[in-house]
Amino acid sequence: MNWKTFFALLSRDGHVARRNLLPMLLQNLLQPLLLTFVFGRVLTASGMMRTGFKSVLLPGVMAISMVLSGIQAVAMPVIAEFQFTREIEDRLLAPIATAWLGVAKIVTGMVQALVAGLVVIPAAWLMMGSDISIDFSHPLTFAAICLLVALCSASGGLALGCSVGQTQIGLMFSLIVAPMMMFGCAYYPWSFLAPFPVLKWAVLINPLVYASEGLRGVLAPMVPHIDTLLVLVALVVIDAAFLALGLAKFGKKAVS
Amino acid sequence: MAIGIRIEHLRKVYDSPPPSAARGGGFSFTAQRSAGKGEKKKKFEVVALEDVSLEIRAGEIFGLLGPNGAGKSTTIGILTTRTRPTGGRAFVGEFDVWKEQVSAKRLIGVVPQRPNLDFALTAREILLFHGAYFGQSARERTRRTDELLEKFKLTDRADHMVRNFSGGMMQRMSIARAMMHDPEVLFLDEPSAGLDPQTRLLLWEIIRDYNRAGKTIVLTTHYMDEADALCDRLAIIDHGRIIAQGTPRELKSSIPGGYLLRVRFDRLPDDLMAGLRALPGVTEVRSADHIAADLYADRGGPLIAGIAGAAQEAGVTLCDVHIAEPSLETLFLHHTGRSLRD
Ligand SMILES: Nc1ncnc2c1ncn2[C@@H]1O[C@H](COP(=O)(O)OP(=O)(O)O)[C@@H](O)[C@H]1O
Ligand SMILES: [Mg+2]
Repeated sequence: MNWKTFFALLSRDGHVARRNLLPMLLQNLLQPLLLTFVFGRVLTASGMMRTGFKSVLLPGVMAISMVLSGIQAVAMPVIAEFQFTREIEDRLLAPIATAWLGVAKIVTGMVQALVAGLVVIPAAWLMMGSDISIDFSHPLTFAAICLLVALCSASGGLALGCSVGQTQIGLMFSLIVAPMMMFGCAYYPWSFLAPFPVLKWAVLINPLVYASEGLRGVLAPMVPHIDTLLVLVALVVIDAAFLALGLAKFGKKAVS
Repeated sequence: MAIGIRIEHLRKVYDSPPPSAARGGGFSFTAQRSAGKGEKKKKFEVVALEDVSLEIRAGEIFGLLGPNGAGKSTTIGILTTRTRPTGGRAFVGEFDVWKEQVSAKRLIGVVPQRPNLDFALTAREILLFHGAYFGQSARERTRRTDELLEKFKLTDRADHMVRNFSGGMMQRMSIARAMMHDPEVLFLDEPSAGLDPQTRLLLWEIIRDYNRAGKTIVLTTHYMDEADALCDRLAIIDHGRIIAQGTPRELKSSIPGGYLLRVRFDRLPDDLMAGLRALPGVTEVRSADHIAADLYADRGGPLIAGIAGAAQEAGVTLCDVHIAEPSLETLFLHHTGRSLRD
């Protein structure tokens, strides 16, 4: 393993990501935060929603922010770099197995997803007011879930980015990402889907469900949520599948 | 120690159209598998390389000459790990390019046919990061970056994003980048396409310079004069097959009657024409506008004395002689029946 090359690839991605991080955060956070404000502040203040709803929202918004940013942080550059100009070619010629370039992309995406997740906590606090309770009694579980969610979104982003062309980015977002956000249990706990038996089981293919429910389990354990151990297992399985799929697709896309 | 290259029976069949022939804007997650069961869908297939074997010697400038679509870029792609061969093997030095990719990649620098610069970076950053990919120390990469920016006259644009560069600047940047890690073998795919004659000479000088440092150069071109002037040896490729290889001189003298002598007299009587036809080595004589004749022959200079003698015998003054050496164009025509420019 050629660490020098790997770190150089990482630092190139990091260097470019630093320039794009703030616009990306604004883009990904604005809508969830506005929703948070409307649901968590306006509707709770008016008495239409119970105050406890705030604790449902915060982990959900965090999950959305992480997943959206992770997918985008990997998929968008990958699509652009494999375009007609093939900007990625120079890095494919670096003296390292091509899979490591895919890994570097995933690592950069994970870092961005984690940043995007963590900024939600102070931001949501501002939006919803301070009477929100967050439980930090399981920091290790919290860290594990965050890492798994970041890996899931970044490697999913790699798989998506390698399957979609520049002209299909809009479709990708409206056909894949948007439904994922709505049916990701981010704005409501999974148990609320009980009246819709088909939907309730169908949404389980959506990784965002495990992200939302997992974060809810550690940050707001009093809200109903899927058992944390189950979430962890599900995330590990999804991560392994996405990682394998993403790297395989990347390897195929890298050579003609 | 210079590095040689060996290619054995390379074959490449593409099973999808080139990416530039866009697959349309449609959604294509499943569209590929729409053919009915049983009946075989007509598969897309382009045979880019039929059976290519080559030996490129250590330290030479080797040219791959051929018309568009001949398979030059595909050959370069396979040698630089960017294209998977369908059959055959390729070695850079002792490394099988496909099996020992990382070792092979360490030895090579590549200037692609179309610039593929990293648009997210500035010119300086492109070189610095490239050096870093190849494990250069921070000091070494800074020194080399400054050196190359200076050499390629890009210093004043060093901190600009390359996406706004002109075509020529991108081309220079591509070459600088390929040289950044001082590779033993430098591949250049049609490096002078679209350059003005002056820049082209400059490019040749840079290539020769790099070669003098003991490096192997592999370049592709569809310009005969470039192949002729620059290359120690070359291979002529057409439709995925090598149709001839050797030094430019060997190649040109491999076709009989390859020389063309254009002579002009004050007049051109029939007995002079007959005298010219009778000269040794002359295969054909064509007269043009009563004073000029084109002699196709297997030799050039040695015929002059005979021509002068024949003119004197016929009482005619010889006014002008121009000798055209055998050209690669003639050779290509000879082998394929087509002109390289078609
Ligand atoms: N990536 C690709 N996918 C499919 N076909 C390709 C691809 N690249 C080249 N071809 C086809 O292979 C043949 C040889 O192309 P190429 O090697 O680019 O020739 P040259 O560089 O000599 O012009 C052409 O018919 C071309 O259309
Ligand atoms: Mg080409």
